Amino acid sequence: MIEVKDIYKSFSGNEVLKGISGKFEEGVTNLIIGGSGSGKTTLLKCMVGLHQPDSGSVLYDGRDFTPMTYEQRIEVRKEIGMLFQGSALFDSMTVQDNIMFPLNMFTDQTRKEKIERVNFCLERVNLAGKNDLFPAELSGGMKKRVGIARAISMNPKYLFCDEPNSGLDPKTSIVIDELIQELTEEFKTTTIVVTHDMNSVMGIGDYILFLHEGKKFWEGSNKEIAHTDIKELNDFVFASRFMKAAKDKF
Amino acid sequence: MNFTNFGRYILLLKSVFRKPEKLKIYLKEIAKQMDYVGVGSLGLIAIISTFIGAVMTLQIAFQLVSDFIPKTIIGSVNRDSSILELSPTISAIVLAGKIGSAISSEIGSMRVTEQIDALEIMGINAPGYLILPKIISGITMVPMLVIISMFLSITGGYLGGSLSGAVTPAEYMQGITTDFNPYTITVALVKAFVFGFIITSVPAYEGFYVRGGALEVSQASTRAVVISCISILVCDYLVTQLLL
Repeated sequence: MIEVKDIYKSFSGNEVLKGISGKFEEGVTNLIIGGSGSGKTTLLKCMVGLHQPDSGSVLYDGRDFTPMTYEQRIEVRKEIGMLFQGSALFDSMTVQDNIMFPLNMFTDQTRKEKIERVNFCLERVNLAGKNDLFPAELSGGMKKRVGIARAISMNPKYLFCDEPNSGLDPKTSIVIDELIQELTEEFKTTTIVVTHDMNSVMGIGDYILFLHEGKKFWEGSNKEIAHTDIKELNDFVFASRFMKAAKDKF
Repeated sequence: MNFTNFGRYILLLKSVFRKPEKLKIYLKEIAKQMDYVGVGSLGLIAIISTFIGAVMTLQIAFQLVSDFIPKTIIGSVNRDSSILELSPTISAIVLAGKIGSAISSEIGSMRVTEQIDALEIMGINAPGYLILPKIISGITMVPMLVIISMFLSITGGYLGGSLSGAVTPAEYMQGITTDFNPYTITVALVKAFVFGFIITSVPAYEGFYVRGGALEVSQASTRAVVISCISILVCDYLVTQLLL
């Protein structure tokens, strides 16, 4: 479980996060949603230590991450897998080398064992046999799936996904969402997905934290989200004509 | 502002020299960088050094018009200029353009495409993994390139003098072998070591802290080359004054 307590973060006097708190349970898909500039990616980066919060704490199964030393953080980070918005695959490496990279760095496995692990991860994301391709040879959806394969290669306890559907067609987006949900349930990871994709919200949102202008406005599940009377949340969720029309059927 | 940058540069270097996560992977990366910096720059350094040596001979001969000055001086002046100044400094400035811009662009692109964040999240010391192999390759391969450059510059002088008739091969050979002070080689290698460090660390710093997109990466690359060149010239003066 990951818990954030009263997180504040500002950049050059501009307050981006204003006291965010929330609990993200393991084995369920936790979503952080909100409009552009609402602070969801900043919150994610504070959680993984890419930004240092001005105040507040981030607890990984009770371990406070924010005051940790560099060496202590490294130990926690070995338990983290992350899928980036742009996949962040290493351009100069093949798919296999990308997935094998953390294994090379942190395990003493033999090459055979590492390749077996790579093949397992690739099969899990339905990309078996794509080991020797370079990132430049992959489609957007394939890059995301390789990003997921790399993120799960070390059997992470915590999985973070930053806008996993951005730039993908609706069908591929659903494939990625379902994959994230399957992996979360299968490996009992604490999964946190930052998104503003409403298909994801309705499809896999076991727990949803809604941010607006740096504040937590609402939390709940995808079953509850359609029945709230919070204006900001309704404006966000039912912004499209399609969602407005669908609202009556919820 | 410049003090802020210098402070960040020092802090980055502190991170660079942290204990590597896995030495074997770092060694592999160092070998790759040595190949790029050393072998990859050999052709360029060879061409530049040979022509600079040849041109130097012609220019020295042009200026030494007095009958009271023996032509063997051409060889001596060419040798000392090549060893002390031309080979280390010109090579370093050329390498700052070639390698410095490449390092800055590579690391800058990795920054804007979140590849550096990905390394950090994995628990890898990104400055160490990305920059340390480049610095080690710089401080080892640039001195080697400078040694080759010295040899080729003096050889270029020989060829230029012989082909133009500005100096006979015998006079030139006598010049380069007379009153040779081996200490000049030490000075040149100290310079090459310092320049190798600058050429790799300054562009790495510029690339590492890029924010934005393609435009900012290209601006960082330009800034990296300019700052490296100025730093090379300042350090050239300081090392010369300290050691000679």
